Amino acid sequence: MDTTPSRIATLTPDDLETPPLGLGQLAWRKFRRHKPAILGSIVLVLLFLYAFGSPLFISESYANHTDTTLRLLPPSAAHPFGTDTIGRDVLARSIYGGQISLLIGLTAVIVETVLGILVGALAGYYGGVVDSILMRITEAMLNIPEIFLLIVMAKYFGGKIPEVDILGRTFSGSVVVIVVIIGLTSWMYLARIVRAEFLSLKENDFVLAARATGTKNIEIIFRHILPNSIAPIVVSATLGVANAILAEAYISFLGLGVQPPTATWGNMLDGANNYLDTAPWLWLFPGLFIVLTVLSINFLGDGMRDALDPRSRTV
Amino acid sequence: MTLLLEVTDLRTRFHTAEGTVFAVNGISFSIKEGETVAVVGESGCGKSVSMLSVLRLIPIPPGEIASGKACYCGVDLFGKTEAEMELVRGKEIAMIFQDPMTSLNPVLTIGRQITETLTRHEGMDQKAAELRAVELLDQVGISDPAERLGDYPHQFSGGMRQRVMIAMALACLPSLLIADEPTTALDVTIQAQIVELVQSLRDKLHMAIIWITHDLGVVAGLAERVLVMYAGFIVEEARVDDLYANPRHPYTLALLEALPRADRRRDRRLKSIPGAPPSLLVEPHGCPFVARCEYAVEKCRDQNPLLTPVGPEHRIACWVDVKTGAPR
Repeated sequence: MDTTPSRIATLTPDDLETPPLGLGQLAWRKFRRHKPAILGSIVLVLLFLYAFGSPLFISESYANHTDTTLRLLPPSAAHPFGTDTIGRDVLARSIYGGQISLLIGLTAVIVETVLGILVGALAGYYGGVVDSILMRITEAMLNIPEIFLLIVMAKYFGGKIPEVDILGRTFSGSVVVIVVIIGLTSWMYLARIVRAEFLSLKENDFVLAARATGTKNIEIIFRHILPNSIAPIVVSATLGVANAILAEAYISFLGLGVQPPTATWGNMLDGANNYLDTAPWLWLFPGLFIVLTVLSINFLGDGMRDALDPRSRTV
Repeated sequence: MTLLLEVTDLRTRFHTAEGTVFAVNGISFSIKEGETVAVVGESGCGKSVSMLSVLRLIPIPPGEIASGKACYCGVDLFGKTEAEMELVRGKEIAMIFQDPMTSLNPVLTIGRQITETLTRHEGMDQKAAELRAVELLDQVGISDPAERLGDYPHQFSGGMRQRVMIAMALACLPSLLIADEPTTALDVTIQAQIVELVQSLRDKLHMAIIWITHDLGVVAGLAERVLVMYAGFIVEEARVDDLYANPRHPYTLALLEALPRADRRRDRRLKSIPGAPPSLLVEPHGCPFVARCEYAVEKCRDQNPLLTPVGPEHRIACWVDVKTGAPR
């Protein structure tokens, strides 16, 4: 006779009565399974620790200290990443440059997200003429190559900005300019995503129900519909950080971005192209940091996309 | 009793890619304070659209309120600005909807959804609003209301969600509640509970109710007066007992024949109405029911009968007397 107990009988009442998982818990479970995303998160944490923790040991004045007798020294115990064309320590500059690059990435995305949500939400919710005008502007912006927009804006706004004090550091005013212009040239994709979300969400009964209780349009947009479309916005914003860091690297490399002595990973590459084979440490280390950051953020974004996508609810 | 809402000659159209949809074609009705009126008719006959038009909740464009007046306490709602309408919706006239599964916002706690109305219309602070929300949830029969404020809609069953919707609608003690098929999406026992709940709340709060439904069974127990709608017209209006005992419009007659009743012989087949309602894409001409009507006479094709009195508080729009089959 078969004596193996039935599998159903092994379910204790406790198993059956555990409360259903919340949406956040479900997302976290799926995110945990995405190995590259976990790896990306760990690397990102390390990079942030590197950029924002190391200043406890190395001062900014050291990073900006020039000594022409120490030009282009290869990596050594005194200068682990070598020195640059005017004798500054590459390790110290990569730390302070990292702060700026990461901050530019994060703040430019805030500008991008605010603009993208505003344009997308208004176009999607109101439709009609508002939609037509906003989307034509968006398409016009998309038709101009981003790098061209960046260069023109950097040229136009750059140079005449006074220095600013944030977080106890003095930044070249060009940092703020770069943040704003990266934000101004990258909101279009997000605007389209948000518009598409709003177009479908506004047809829901809960929007009608909210209007029937006298809710103002502005409240419906930001308090009722927006929280429902948060998942694609979060994913897009995460990937936006990587793009903003890359954009900063482009224009700083072209000498139009953040002005020295303030270091960024991007402007450390400026001039390194003259020493591609004679002093590879000039581009290797900042380049490595950029690649690591962008790759990690993309992995993280991928994992979040999978975890937050309501169409893949398998656990 | 004083007049609460008086709608005259309301016409609502939708301009779509296929052409103009004549959804509501000049309906007039009124409702007194504390009165319960049922609006019945089959799907697509303009029940919901006419009520949404009164609250100006139809999307414009493609929608258009082509003519009419909706006087609430003597003031025409169609003459108000959008900002003024926001003060009416939820505060003076509240509405509950058919599908409780989709009418609550899935990402906001029910506490927040209820308190929002209270802070907006009653100027309460968050704390007072939460206390009131607990009271409201208790009133609509949700157990442990204080703990459930922080729950999300997916943690409630369909019947419970409809109770939450009712709590939201009643938050500001409206004088008129428009219920758009609130029991259609629920199973029969829950339906009965919701009807009973609304009845007891109506008696306690003295509010008027417009109950939209296609279920004549629900109407009998709840309403005092009934409006029968067909293809965007009101075809019969009567007190509820009068309507069941003495239906005068061929459409109402046919609807009642199609209803299973305990006092009829079991072996009799239920009658169905042959044909389908007319396309709303064509501007109405003649009586809308003429193609399906077994009493139709020549006159019905060209002239649309107006709603005319045939008894105390009883009006019909028909050229024929259904009792004799003779033209009136």
